[in-house]
Amino acid sequence: MKSFRKSLVLGSLLIFSMILSACGSATSLNEEPATEQKMEEMEGAKEGTGESMEGMEGMATTDDVPAELDTATTRMTEQGTYQVSITSNLDPVDINQIHSWTLYVETPEGQPVENAKIAVDGGMPQHDHGFPTSPQVTKELGDGEYLVEGVKFNMAGWWEMSFAITANGQSDSITFNIVLQ
Amino acid sequence: MQRITKLKVRLFNLSILLFVMMLGISCAPQRSAPSQQSQDRISPETEASDALWTAAEIATLRSIWIGSLPPLPPDPSNFVGDDPRAASLGQKLYFDTRFSANGEVSCATCHQPDLLFTDGLPRAEAIGTTPRGAPTIVGSAYSPWFFWDGRRDSQWAQALTPLESPIEHGGTRTQYVHVIDEDETYRAEYETIFGPLPDLSDRTRFPEVAGPVEDLEARAAWDAMALEDREAVTRAYVNMGKAIAAYERLVMPGPSRFDRYVQALLEGDEETMQTTLTPDEVAGLRLFIQQGNCIRCHNGPLFTNNGFHNIGVPTTEGLPLDLGRISGVQQVISSEFNCLGSYSDAGPDDCAELRFVKTLGQELPGAFKVPTLRNVAETAPYMHSGQFATLREVLNHYNQAQAGPIGHSELTPLNLSDAELAQLEAFLRSLSGHLATDPEVLAPPQ
Repeated sequence: MKSFRKSLVLGSLLIFSMILSACGSATSLNEEPATEQKMEEMEGAKEGTGESMEGMEGMATTDDVPAELDTATTRMTEQGTYQVSITSNLDPVDINQIHSWTLYVETPEGQPVENAKIAVDGGMPQHDHGFPTSPQVTKELGDGEYLVEGVKFNMAGWWEMSFAITANGQSDSITFNIVLQ
Repeated sequence: MQRITKLKVRLFNLSILLFVMMLGISCAPQRSAPSQQSQDRISPETEASDALWTAAEIATLRSIWIGSLPPLPPDPSNFVGDDPRAASLGQKLYFDTRFSANGEVSCATCHQPDLLFTDGLPRAEAIGTTPRGAPTIVGSAYSPWFFWDGRRDSQWAQALTPLESPIEHGGTRTQYVHVIDEDETYRAEYETIFGPLPDLSDRTRFPEVAGPVEDLEARAAWDAMALEDREAVTRAYVNMGKAIAAYERLVMPGPSRFDRYVQALLEGDEETMQTTLTPDEVAGLRLFIQQGNCIRCHNGPLFTNNGFHNIGVPTTEGLPLDLGRISGVQQVISSEFNCLGSYSDAGPDDCAELRFVKTLGQELPGAFKVPTLRNVAETAPYMHSGQFATLREVLNHYNQAQAGPIGHSELTPLNLSDAELAQLEAFLRSLSGHLATDPEVLAPPQ
């Protein structure tokens, strides 16, 4: 009985990783304008922005997180105007701690986007509620980086973090998915 | 569809139960987790701990275990927060009924150590009766917000608020500072910690009763005082609050049976697990982290996210509609004692909770602070105005999820059976434990 259970667990892990890698390839298709080399350079420079935020896979949550959820932290905005990366300044990301993130915005050609106006929003799509706080971009750090302060997650599960970005008269938005214990 | 699955699982469980009974082995009551694992779990072959809980569930249980409670971080707004001399003075102030209009009310009137720092009443009774119940102080030092509506953002600012409320302590800050000044012990201890008190002997400059309170005479006397005198009194008054907070920071929960169970689980000590929680309590724990959705908000080792949620609690008859957080947030923003104010010792970077506080949104009307569930069985009645007398009433409310009197309730019906509600209640009763606080701290100082 025990060994049966073990194989069950191993099997589901395998399926899970297959789903994850499928998500990964879907993401790189969306990121057509960035060559693989550019992606690597950027990931190297920004230390792990290409990592998935789904560090808590397998955690028992009360809602089923959609299996196809794209949890990449580097993504193109909806209209393809900007490529955006997010990095938490709290590592690991945890519930109930107010903290900041760093947002990096560049053009599809890899030019950092400066003087952008950025609005932050988000919440839990499965619970019909927003963030428990009002996160804001408080500082432009230079070279396309922006400080997002006041982020707080107060429960486990699937969170969305959205940014509406306007720079040089061009507006676009992006929603990241974050899955937490 | 889900119900059909559930029914099937129950039928399946029933057959397993019969089988187990035939074997003469006692077994936990019905389970409803529709998975292969649940079939595994109730198999008589796999009583071992690793079959009871998956790795993911163990991680969740560890996250609410008291061993996961981090050391209490400093309160940047209170520079004496961790000064034992301040805690010692604060303990005396906490139990002293002279800090009230009628000489009969202290902090301990409503936050009684013997009742786990509550009063056992639906609504607190001091000079008058308050519209809400007295929440516990146990572990509250970890919270960024105080009161059911979060209208203060530090323990010291919280402590000062009832002192000037006409229905709680009912006095004024000038009165209280005179008490400190005229009690030799208090004055000596105060001055050692905070430096000299102002010379308060001139009663025309410093009236017996004066403060920014509802009482018109006391307010008029306060308004007539010179600005610098008002500031000197307020500074000393704030220091009283900071001493009380230093005391309250010592009041911490201790391990419960639930914590001993998780510890045994983490150590692989199955025997202790089996003798620590009953099968019903374990089943209740499973409901708590799964179908009950309890852990959404009652998370972390204090079983609270210290956030504000609308769960549709009915209004108490005879009381006006309580707006909850949407009102509290405006009060904390305008409070002279908030984290960003001149009486706070914090810098702006220490005040992220206040700087990025949510002031608008459908989540706020009718939302109240999530209380800790540690010792919940000992701290009836429940909800912000003691609307529910028993845990069972609370659980029935969550199970039915009726719409509340205001705003948008976050609850959805749980459709748990009576047996499952009983298991949840049994689990909640396993969260009681002695405080991890020196007994001397829990009694009035000699």
